[in-house]
Amino acid sequence: MAVYEHSYSRYPGPFTPAWSRFLVLPRFAFKDVFKSRLLVFFYALSVLVPVFYGLAIYALNNLEVLDSLGNAGDELGRMLKVDETFFSVFLLVQSGFAFWLTVFIGPGLISRDLANNGLPLYLSRPISRAEYVLGKLAVLLLLLSGITWVAGLLLFLLQSSMAGWEWLAANLHVAAAIVVTSTLWILVLSLLALALSAWLRWKVVAGLLFVMIFFVGDLFALLVNMLFRTEWGHVFNFDQLIQIVAASMLGIRPPDGPPVWGCVLALLLFLGFCLLLLHRKIRAYQVVS
Amino acid sequence: MPGVIELEGLSVRFGKVEALRNLSGSFSGRAIGLLGPNGAGKTTLIHTLLGFHRPSAGSARVFGHDVRRNDKAARALIGYMPERDSFIAGMSAVRFVRMMGELSGLPPAQALERAHEALFYVGLGEARYRMLETYSLGMKQRAKLAQALVHGPKLLFLDEPTNGLDPPGRERMIKLIKNVRDAGDVHVILSSHLLRDVEECCEEVLILKDGKIARYCNLEEERRANRKFLELEIAGDVDAYVAAVRTLGCESARAGKRRIKMVLPPELRIRELYRLAAEQRAQIRHLDYKKDSLQDIFLKAMDLDPLGDADHGRLRA
Repeated sequence: MAVYEHSYSRYPGPFTPAWSRFLVLPRFAFKDVFKSRLLVFFYALSVLVPVFYGLAIYALNNLEVLDSLGNAGDELGRMLKVDETFFSVFLLVQSGFAFWLTVFIGPGLISRDLANNGLPLYLSRPISRAEYVLGKLAVLLLLLSGITWVAGLLLFLLQSSMAGWEWLAANLHVAAAIVVTSTLWILVLSLLALALSAWLRWKVVAGLLFVMIFFVGDLFALLVNMLFRTEWGHVFNFDQLIQIVAASMLGIRPPDGPPVWGCVLALLLFLGFCLLLLHRKIRAYQVVS
Repeated sequence: MPGVIELEGLSVRFGKVEALRNLSGSFSGRAIGLLGPNGAGKTTLIHTLLGFHRPSAGSARVFGHDVRRNDKAARALIGYMPERDSFIAGMSAVRFVRMMGELSGLPPAQALERAHEALFYVGLGEARYRMLETYSLGMKQRAKLAQALVHGPKLLFLDEPTNGLDPPGRERMIKLIKNVRDAGDVHVILSSHLLRDVEECCEEVLILKDGKIARYCNLEEERRANRKFLELEIAGDVDAYVAAVRTLGCESARAGKRRIKMVLPPELRIRELYRLAAEQRAQIRHLDYKKDSLQDIFLKAMDLDPLGDADHGRLRA
């Protein structure tokens, strides 16, 4: 089908492996995401925090650096310690960045396809509905992983390399907490954003509802707790649930709320609900029977 | 050797509505027109073959691949141009077609090359870097055709490809479809409610009615078989005249209040018709040899009186 021939011919060349085709979706999506200067700036900012944390780890493990800071160095050495609390604060800050990145990116991922009837074009290709969702999910999973658990593990390894094997052996639970809680948070954010994107078909509205679910969820949780004199109202407060799971894994005092098993169950149920919504909405054509 | 499309008792049900009912057959034509009034099941059949709907009974195969068990393998061989306005906003045409090519398994470099070629082929070469949302309807239709062709499918589903196009746009689309068909590498299934489109592009027609196959035929063979087809306009007692010509062994059908279509036995001469008209005190005002048109085939399949049925209005010749 050469341009100058203006005639049709079949493609005679090799094909890519079937399993890898869903990765085309995030590759094209990344180009769109990083077209926005605001997003590039915001992502760079979210990467700068781990860099700052890395510098802090270097300074706290390096007496010469602390000495060069004089009294401030002594003060810093007394106040800051690379321990569970240090990493829990890191996770909290990065979770915030992950949240706002999802607000900007997530709601437009599927709604753009649905708004212009693009789904039949995707699903008439040799990819399944699950692969389509996985491809869209990969956009958020990859971006958010970079600033949460990947950055967290790099900091953990940096600290381990400086503090020695004993510190590493004594703090393996910190690494596990970084991976598990970050993954849970990323899944909650990503699947909710995709579900709203598929459900509402309008990026702006989906974005607003996404923010509202978290902020109104906090208020609703407080209300339920006050009315029923319970702590179970926090099941509507996803960031609180994640913090409880993280604190229990890190071995620090958890915030008020249901027990860890209740938090994990609530999060899994919520993830299941998002998947169900995606299952119902991601179809080439909606059939009204 | 398996047919291009093979159906075995295929039924598709949406709740209480049975959209396709027990369809069976093997279809291997180079260009098959899918005809039927609104709601006949044309689009449902295409969607089922693409794996969008699960059969409630029976099976369907595309190039031997079962669309239920091996839908991805079937879709890898299919190019699909949907009926409705379908595109991805915020993308240039070349990027859109390239992405579709890559999703079908083309490596990135080849997908980009084929995207350029496909867009030039459909006549969008100069506009290929424009955003899709800025395209006119005709251009969007051609972009949809380009994405359906980019990966070099063996089977092309075109669902109402000339919908909403102005006459030059339609001509251009028909020419493209004929060109693809004549390339010889691809089978075309053209679903349309425009009989003229099907007549121009297709060699075979599959007519659906109420979710069932009403007729499957080769257009050329059908035309050849109807050489002695006559159309008459009668003044006087038409019913009596029709009854009289039937005694001579003619097959006849009313084609309106005063019009009759008939197929004469080989030995019968035209003067016999005039003699009968004189006997019945009827006048033959008009007599013409005609080939059976697709419209006639369609109307026969629908069991419709050509001028007397309201459903006729849904299909345009």
